[in-house]
Amino acid sequence: MSDEKKWRYAFFLGCVAPNRYPMIESSIRAVFDHLGAEILEMEGASCCPAPGVFRAFHIPTWLVIAARNLTIAEELGVDVITGCNGCYGTLRDAWYELIHEPELKKMVNEHLAKVGRQFKGSIEPKHIVQAMYQDMGLDYLKGFVKHKFKDLKVAVHYGCHILKPSDKRPWGGAYENPTFLDEIVEITGAKSIDYKEKFMCCGAGGAVRTAVKEVAADFSREKLVNMREAGADIVIDCCPFCHLELDLGQFEANNYFKDIIGEPLNIPVIYLTQLLGLSFGIDPNELGLIKNHDLKGVSPFIPIDPFIEKVKEELL
Amino acid sequence: MSDNVEKYIKRKVYEKENSRIAQKFVDAGLEKIRSCINCGTCTGSCPSGRRTAYRTRSAIRKALTGDESVLQDIDIWLCTTCYYCYERCPRNIPVTDMIIKLRNIAVEEGYILDNHFNLADKIFYATGHGVPATGEDNKKWRDLRESYGLPPLPPTVHTHPEALKECQELMKSSGFRELMDNVAEKKKKAQEEAERQKEEVKDK
Repeated sequence: MSDEKKWRYAFFLGCVAPNRYPMIESSIRAVFDHLGAEILEMEGASCCPAPGVFRAFHIPTWLVIAARNLTIAEELGVDVITGCNGCYGTLRDAWYELIHEPELKKMVNEHLAKVGRQFKGSIEPKHIVQAMYQDMGLDYLKGFVKHKFKDLKVAVHYGCHILKPSDKRPWGGAYENPTFLDEIVEITGAKSIDYKEKFMCCGAGGAVRTAVKEVAADFSREKLVNMREAGADIVIDCCPFCHLELDLGQFEANNYFKDIIGEPLNIPVIYLTQLLGLSFGIDPNELGLIKNHDLKGVSPFIPIDPFIEKVKEELL
Repeated sequence: MSDNVEKYIKRKVYEKENSRIAQKFVDAGLEKIRSCINCGTCTGSCPSGRRTAYRTRSAIRKALTGDESVLQDIDIWLCTTCYYCYERCPRNIPVTDMIIKLRNIAVEEGYILDNHFNLADKIFYATGHGVPATGEDNKKWRDLRESYGLPPLPPTVHTHPEALKECQELMKSSGFRELMDNVAEKKKKAQEEAERQKEEVKDK
């Protein structure tokens, strides 16, 4: 019985984490395993599909493909977790619409029947933050903390779709000034600092990054300059697409907006489970924090060494 | 809704001379925006409008009056779907969802950026991922995965060809393939027309 895991989840990977920021995928796997949660693979899952892009092209297709992804988890008989706000937005909104609107469910199931699938609505899509905060709870998480980072100032970036639309989210309607992510970050001893426009979008979503990269980079420029002014050592986020925009977008903003930014921006962007895992005493190699390659032009684009340097002593 | 408002809307939307687009707006459920009082909370809450010419209120207003220029402007594609307008609308209009619906109609009419079309047609339909790791260009990403102890490709459609086929079958069934083919046709025609006009100017 000792090997019995307390929680079981189907792990929805999405696109950006596995295919551009694999360190995010490995750190989620390592942390959930460490916390006593079993991760089941969703074999053959696809893009969620992205809520601001593919839903904007054709809503019925977005719904059908999202429902297909959900049926993979239904077959496993466990709730889905995802580490991406975009995937969460799609899976959660599609799920919500399908369980509340019988007509939509009927339409979707007519399509799914052609490939031998059926959406039942038997499981719930959750964000990894939701699973940790609501299923496990802050006190449970605190029990795993080994190293405390006393002198680390963190700019927490929530992103949008973890909070909104709030009527389809599990946070009791709160979206203006939530604290759950700050609370999780602060169990590591780090300080979540206030900064201007903390809850503003990163700029990547809604197909904007694909449409006009400069507009997306202007969002991230504004956020990152605000974070720098507030004295942030690192950014912590919980979405691979925000992560990409704040990391690669930081690099781009330094090029596009040299004159406004002055000294180039240089704030390491760390995913939530990378910070948590380090605090729990998990090997940094498993958290994708140690570079083991000499590949060119890969993530992270802003070096994270200053972060490692900053917390090194507290890890000994 | 009072009779007066009903009449006003009918005059502006249903009986507009060029009512084909207006009818599409109504069919898509956009009549929800008839309760809009033009207060501008959406525009005031919009982080995109602070740095671009996109004005949420204006887009909603155009949709309400059946003005199809809203479909042709790039503006509606500059919404990052952050949902502040949706949350703060005092008339409970799901503004962001309305913008998404407007985009659906725009695509149907052939108004889609090349980047978006390629993403939908060449990448999403072909690979099942919006951001894939397959193909020679993406070798570095597979190598990066391996450097972190992961298999080169994730256990998604990338390693399950039968699952990709299933997704493509569903995209045919839902009308996505046909939509993309129609859009390609419309884009080709528009390009030919533009070239023809260029030639005409040259001849003169």
